Amino acid sequence: MSLSSRHLLGLSGVPKEDIQLILDTARTFREVLERPIKKVPTLQGKTVVNLFYENSTRTRISFELAQKRLSADTINFATSTSSAKKGETFKDTVRNIEAMKVDMIVVRHQSAGVPQYLTKISKANIINAGDGLHEHPTQGLLDMYSINERLGRLEGLKVCIVGDVAHSRVALSNIYGLKTMGAQVSVCGPSTMIPFGIEALGIKVYHKIEEALKENDVLNVIRIQLERDAGRRIPSLREYHNYFGVTTERIEKFNKDIVILHPGPINRGVELSSEVADGPYQVILDQVTNGVAVRMAVLYLLGTMHS
Amino acid sequence: MKIILKQVNLLHPEQKLNEQTDLLIEDGVIKKIGGITEPEFKEAKVYEMNGKFCSPGFFDMHVHLREPGREDEETVETGCNAAAVGGFTGVACMPNTNPDIDSAEVVRFIKEKAARHLVDVFPVAAATLARKGEAISPMLELYEAGAVGFSDDGVAIKSAGILRNVLEYSKMMDAPVIEHCEDESLAGGAMNESFTSTLLGLPGIPNVAEDLIVIRDIMMAEFTGGRVHIAHISSKNAVDLVRQAKKKGIKVTAEVAPHHFALTDDLLKTFDTNYKMNPPLRTREDVDAMIEGLKDGTIDCIASDHAPHSIEEKEMEFIYAPNGILGLETQIGLAISELVKKKHLTLDQLVEKFAINPRKILNLPVPKIKVGELANFTIFDPEQIWTVDITKFKSKAKNSPYDKRLLTGKAVAVINKKKMFIDEKMMEI
Repeated sequence: MSLSSRHLLGLSGVPKEDIQLILDTARTFREVLERPIKKVPTLQGKTVVNLFYENSTRTRISFELAQKRLSADTINFATSTSSAKKGETFKDTVRNIEAMKVDMIVVRHQSAGVPQYLTKISKANIINAGDGLHEHPTQGLLDMYSINERLGRLEGLKVCIVGDVAHSRVALSNIYGLKTMGAQVSVCGPSTMIPFGIEALGIKVYHKIEEALKENDVLNVIRIQLERDAGRRIPSLREYHNYFGVTTERIEKFNKDIVILHPGPINRGVELSSEVADGPYQVILDQVTNGVAVRMAVLYLLGTMHS
Repeated sequence: MKIILKQVNLLHPEQKLNEQTDLLIEDGVIKKIGGITEPEFKEAKVYEMNGKFCSPGFFDMHVHLREPGREDEETVETGCNAAAVGGFTGVACMPNTNPDIDSAEVVRFIKEKAARHLVDVFPVAAATLARKGEAISPMLELYEAGAVGFSDDGVAIKSAGILRNVLEYSKMMDAPVIEHCEDESLAGGAMNESFTSTLLGLPGIPNVAEDLIVIRDIMMAEFTGGRVHIAHISSKNAVDLVRQAKKKGIKVTAEVAPHHFALTDDLLKTFDTNYKMNPPLRTREDVDAMIEGLKDGTIDCIASDHAPHSIEEKEMEFIYAPNGILGLETQIGLAISELVKKKHLTLDQLVEKFAINPRKILNLPVPKIKVGELANFTIFDPEQIWTVDITKFKSKAKNSPYDKRLLTGKAVAVINKKKMFIDEKMMEI
């Protein structure tokens, strides 16, 4: 079994079989992570570059750990200034790195479309670690893995993405992936945070967190990103919490079976109350562990395709 | 020198002229229309035109020539060469150069650079100093030096208060104020705001950003009695607003760029930065409104918004890449393919949009096809099928999304200022 594409640019258009294969493979690696020696020689001799044009701690560490546990050689290139400002073009930067003979590039960038562009200028396998407000496919995959781990299936589940959906790359990857796997996806948030025309994707829109809680099996609660100007789209964090925050009180009143996901980092007291963030309904730290396993699966499946 | 255009189809809607005949030009001046004698044929250089069309020279009232400041992207000379290949005998160039065209010296510098070229170049000067929207530019002096209109192109004139002064001042010259219509507080996106921008995760620029400034400018034109020209119109509602304003007799005109009647925003799915421009490519509904506006006369003319950019600048991460594409060399092909061949416009209307209306808006004389007049023509073949090849462009830049596209309709020759450009060659006549 192998994937139908040699890159992972997003979950849009990725066939069900591919997603299933990644999730199944991740399960094997998840077991590896429980062993005393958490390392396999699968990608020995392969070189992976983590090309991060945007600040990221957890995604980069997660990818790096995944690479190390597969015995790949890992190089980190992190900068928050665009190549344009430095005077060297992005293309030149990539060509330089590639000239050092790398096999795979994991890329995060402020601009949507950069992973696609990379496939045109590089021969390496490209993995999108988040491009602009477009996609973050490994996050989508680890969310699906975590939901499946908790509830035993994806097919037929109702999953609602809560928060600044319009300015989230996590949301689109979740929507594409979950729909492919047969789940029903909805979104919930203030109307300034709902993307234009999202209903056309067959997505229900909620503006009341109570209704979203009541009618869904899973809430994937997205971080309110103040660094992305979220403050211009809501009057205050306090108002957001009062109307859209997920609290134990609301969960107990409307849906005690709910499963809460959050891609982190959490703004405690904003999108989640502290009690919920540490409570029995959430799988937040499982998501983090699963993230390493899912990224190992993606790296392994892409990295061994032609060998 | 004497030349004869044999069996050429003269087309001049203002003169109600549409006939196939022979044309004798001597030293750049029209000598005879028909009735050319055998000895005259013998002593002239004869060009067989086989029914190709000859109209007043095309005029592109919205180009960026990049000189002074970015001569690596385009110069007055290379831009004029591109114009000649594209079938234009005149262009108006926008003031967002470095320095801006906000002093008489820069106007004269550009006029001087173009003085010996076949293509006439008319600078559009900045409406405000450095296009900052704070103080009006020396408009009378700029006009006297050769500017034909005023614009802060790249942005709209910042405030209604400054626009009022610009419009009132411009009335003394009866010059148009050419507006890039985009509300600053809604600007800053990388593509049209639409379902497609949602799917692509690219920040959007909504139609209403354009509509707001269009309605502001129309109201200011009505209030001041000045003339507003809407540059590169792209939104459906904006076309409606101009249509209503014209009905009320407000002095407003509009141009559309070929990409806004030929392309839609779903092309952005390729993340090709050659589809990145401002105003952005819009939806099918907007494209249909552009065509409707051209048909009923709401949109007066077609202008390319020719915007050369270096490869290094365009080959960048999408959100950082600059806006704009080349237009001069593909414009007539796109207009004939998308408008004439699809029966939206007649050839007469095409000539109005390409040659007559832009000059009227800028108060420039429309060339006549009459004995004794200086020959200022475009000869074009609406049936010629050709493939765009960016490597053959005369423009210094190559940023065109039309590479390898099959087009119908091409300029065959241009004649102006006692010069003729034909078969890739410039010659004195």
